[in-house]
Amino acid sequence: MPETVSLSIDGVPVRVPAGTPVAIALMASGRTSFRRSVTSEPRGPLCGMGICYECRVTINGKPHGRSCQIPCQDGMDVRTDG
Amino acid sequence: MTSAVFDVAIIGAGIVGAACAAECAQAGMRVVVIESDLGGGGATSAGMGHLVVMDDSEAQFVLTRYSQTLWNELAPQLPADVEYERCGTIWVAADGEEMAEVRRKQRFFESRSVPVEVLDAKALEEAEPNLRKGLAGGLLVLEDGVVYPPCAARYLLEKAIACGAEVRMGQPAIEATREGVRLRDGTRIPARATVNAAGAWSPQLTPGVEVQKRKGHLVITDRYPGFVHHQLVELGYLKSAHSLTSDSVAFNVQPRRTGQVLIGSSRQYGVDDLKVEAIMLHRMLQRACEYMPGLAQLSAIRAWTGFRPATLDKLPLIGPFPGAEWLFLATGHEGLGITTSLGTAKLLADQLLNRPSQIPVEPYLPARAKQGAIHA
Repeated sequence: MPETVSLSIDGVPVRVPAGTPVAIALMASGRTSFRRSVTSEPRGPLCGMGICYECRVTINGKPHGRSCQIPCQDGMDVRTDG
Repeated sequence: MTSAVFDVAIIGAGIVGAACAAECAQAGMRVVVIESDLGGGGATSAGMGHLVVMDDSEAQFVLTRYSQTLWNELAPQLPADVEYERCGTIWVAADGEEMAEVRRKQRFFESRSVPVEVLDAKALEEAEPNLRKGLAGGLLVLEDGVVYPPCAARYLLEKAIACGAEVRMGQPAIEATREGVRLRDGTRIPARATVNAAGAWSPQLTPGVEVQKRKGHLVITDRYPGFVHHQLVELGYLKSAHSLTSDSVAFNVQPRRTGQVLIGSSRQYGVDDLKVEAIMLHRMLQRACEYMPGLAQLSAIRAWTGFRPATLDKLPLIGPFPGAEWLFLATGHEGLGITTSLGTAKLLADQLLNRPSQIPVEPYLPARAKQGAIHA
């Protein structure tokens, strides 16, 4: 059994393999829209390598975290705005 | 290409030129606007977009207040992308000495029927929790607001076009004469009067116009709704902004309708290059973080610069250029061009049309500088 971590996505507890990027955990939970543009259009991951800034979410209360670059950690609180 | 003679050729489609065009076209004049680049690409796009009343001098107050009243009247018609917000300005006082200045400003504004509120330390903390603790208080100027300047300029230009104004983009005006304007490609645009509204570039077209480039830096953050609620300006700004020689920075932040935080400000004379300078940017952000420590945790998405068109006496040049009765100036607005664009347009059109003005025009006439009548 691989090591796993527990985190909360929009208040719902989920368990993923350690080292999973937050973006992958979000997609695995069925989300494609992670946030809203300034004109309220849905936005989700595009480049997967930290360049496009489209996959930003609020992590532990801090906004604009690039979810594709941040590994899930035990007890993490992830909030989308999709 | 029409061969008809325009009543007025306006050089520069920044917010001042655009406002003048809208005012003249609405009054029934045949207007042509000449812009070498994109409209609003100069100081307009490097302005913070504040609509503020100022009290450096009586003349500055009268023009800013008159203009703010015109913005208030226009507000219901402004499209959403102009992002008009009447957020109010808080002049932030760091200590007792600056609180004395708050009281002086309060008396100045109240005696001229401008609504203001004095905030003590606790009220300031409640109004703006992200300011550092231990500040003395501030003065809230309730009717101040902000707009997004490039869209405000575009709106005014479209209004001019809707009233019949023509726009020639992409060629700089290289000469203005009694017969009209000549563009770099040789095109001649016949006009009975010409308005130089070319901002920091106005002296290139009209040698003798006493306007200097005063460079400024701006930074904008990602969206953090609720981080700041009012336009905030340090009262120390008065000391730094008035220095005519040295480079200076001051704390000035604004909430934008998008939730972004716009951070200024810096002032430099004698720099002719638009590059973002790491040292000035660092000084400016360090000053901002002294007042709002939490800014250091936000991510900035863009830094840029522009040139304010500055005059020696801090007042714009609005009216006929001495010695050339067909040539008018609408330039030299330094950091207040967004606010004062509408008042400038009224005063300019009043002079072109021999209409009475609602405020005295004399303090802004270009002839004042020639007469040595500079009120510092």
